Amino acid sequence: MSEILKETSLEDKFITHFNELESRINGESKSAFHDIRKEALESFKTLGLPDKRNEEYKYTPVQRVLKKNFDFGVVGEQATLSADEIRDNYIPGLKTNTLVFINGVFSEKHSEIISKDIIIKDFNLALKENKEDIETYLAKYADYKEDAFVALNTALAENGSFIKLENNKVIEEPIALYFINDAKSKEVHSQPRNLFIAGKSSQASFIEVFKTTGEQASFTNVVTEVVVNENAHIDYFKIQNNENTSYHVGTTHVWQDRSSYFAGYTFTLSGALVRNNLNIIIDGEGCESHMFGLYLLNGSTHVDNHTAVDHRKPNSFSNELYKGILEDQSHGVFNGKVYVRQIAQKTNAFQSNKNILLSNEAIINTKPQLEIWADDVKCSHGCTTGQLDEEALFYLQSRGVGKERARVLLLYAYAAEILENIKLDPLKDYLEGLVSERLHKNF
Amino acid sequence: MLKIKNLHASIEGKDILNGINLEIKPGEVHAIMGPNGSGKSTLASVLAGREEYEVTDGEIEYLGKDLLDLSPEDRAREGVFLAFQYPVEIPGVSTTNFLKTAINQIREYRGQEPLDAVSFLTTMKEKMKLVEIDQALLSRSLNEGFSGGEKKRNEIFQMAMLEPKLSILDETDSGLDIDALRIVANGVNKLKTSETSTIVVTHYQRLLDYIVPDFVHVLYKGKIVKSGDKNLALELEEKGYDWIKEEVDTATA
Repeated sequence: MSEILKETSLEDKFITHFNELESRINGESKSAFHDIRKEALESFKTLGLPDKRNEEYKYTPVQRVLKKNFDFGVVGEQATLSADEIRDNYIPGLKTNTLVFINGVFSEKHSEIISKDIIIKDFNLALKENKEDIETYLAKYADYKEDAFVALNTALAENGSFIKLENNKVIEEPIALYFINDAKSKEVHSQPRNLFIAGKSSQASFIEVFKTTGEQASFTNVVTEVVVNENAHIDYFKIQNNENTSYHVGTTHVWQDRSSYFAGYTFTLSGALVRNNLNIIIDGEGCESHMFGLYLLNGSTHVDNHTAVDHRKPNSFSNELYKGILEDQSHGVFNGKVYVRQIAQKTNAFQSNKNILLSNEAIINTKPQLEIWADDVKCSHGCTTGQLDEEALFYLQSRGVGKERARVLLLYAYAAEILENIKLDPLKDYLEGLVSERLHKNF
Repeated sequence: MLKIKNLHASIEGKDILNGINLEIKPGEVHAIMGPNGSGKSTLASVLAGREEYEVTDGEIEYLGKDLLDLSPEDRAREGVFLAFQYPVEIPGVSTTNFLKTAINQIREYRGQEPLDAVSFLTTMKEKMKLVEIDQALLSRSLNEGFSGGEKKRNEIFQMAMLEPKLSILDETDSGLDIDALRIVANGVNKLKTSETSTIVVTHYQRLLDYIVPDFVHVLYKGKIVKSGDKNLALELEEKGYDWIKEEVDTATA
């Protein structure tokens, strides 16, 4: 009986959060977006938090772990991180526009915008000041009617960013968003929301870094919508290097207009439970989309990458490569959907997921899912799961390379296939460093 | 250099080597021939330290040390080199890069300073000529997409770089056209000194026209059943292995 009471209470807690939010933002409750919030909340109530009966969350028991690890009380006072503690998380040598969010809340003090020709705002402010863009783009892509976490974020998001590139603007300095959770003294949870709008023929790189410090549990439910207009060129990076008490659900939803380019890179090095959704809609001809992922898992880390690319127009190209190295009792999940609509003739779509399991207890569930209605297309998919190649190991040893060194060399080469696609050198160096450190220390 | 005494080895419980005795002195070239499945490649693998093979009896003394006591990497560091019958393709690792690691680990083992980048490159250029191999090939992923001839030339190039004392060529000639065969053999001959020894495992006498052996041994059912000089290889080429098989089978029957 008490179990049932507890079950209803988790969703109810979020509903309490919503009521609390509604009472606070009295003046805004007439806005168009507020109607969407209310719709999203209704949708959340209907959907409920997914458990393993939900096909999309079959291997990733988010509901269960949230119940087990969180109170979800109303968010308390701000964290007390020092400037140094925050700067420690920055990517060295990379000149960026820097946005810092502490426990989900934008910190103006630690943020710095250095590029001209770009609009960067706190999400909350944009809701008031950029009504036209908000009405046109916000919550138009990430579907709050389908996914409970998107619904929850849409209902509750109060923080995050609004970033807009005007037509033809090329932003040299990447835009780095650091989401830092301070879970030193108590659990934290946040629902940041980002909206990136790239005007025609504009170009920029976005980097989202998620970092938790402290021993208490943290939960982040982030939604990012990326609007890539005609001929725009966007690189998007998501870097997750968290404490093992960190729970993360994130959805990045990309919409591409004709002749545009989008490349998404997802790096996951640690965390308790991570679920990443990357959805791309190709809604114009001549588009190019890349999805690269690398996950290095150990301990009992659980990482689930769900990707979907929807070819809705002809003559576009998408390519996906996700690679994982799993040790200990870690658990990886990969699900890659490719839709090619009947109209999307001459589509080229490729997908590959590769995994190396270094222990007998590590688990990977991988599922490619191609649905193709067009008949004149080139599509392929494949997945491989195996151990480290013993024959290659022996070959290197027989040349005098020590066994441990040979293992690192092989694993690093395996990971490098993802890393070598990164064009921003300092970022590439930084990630190479993280990967190399991990391989030396833990494998 | 190398003394093999009564060597027995098996894989997955199946006996492959049944008492090999062989002594190799510095400067000598020994050819190991024999019909398919006679244990030639197993012998090469056991010498290099491949773990799947279990040595069930016998001993191998190499330069006064117990070879079987050494890990594969330490054997290489002590100067043993195996040219693979099927060189492994390793995506993402270039020949240049991994050789730099290998050479420096070998030097570290021998208490030498690491080789600086310039010396490494100079040595590399010199050895490249030996097997007529292109630098572009060496910057690519190891053996990935290489032709059969390129793979074997790369093996001999690595041998040249590592300067082993005992080289074991495991069917390095198999599948090569005559031009590639000449290049490979030529490389091996140039690397030969009075201090180094070579074991040539082969199926075909043809290679031995180019790499002339001091001794030829015939392996059958995991034992050396006949030894001779290079004329034995010619005889085998002419008559095949059946007469040897008969001799052995009659004697053991």
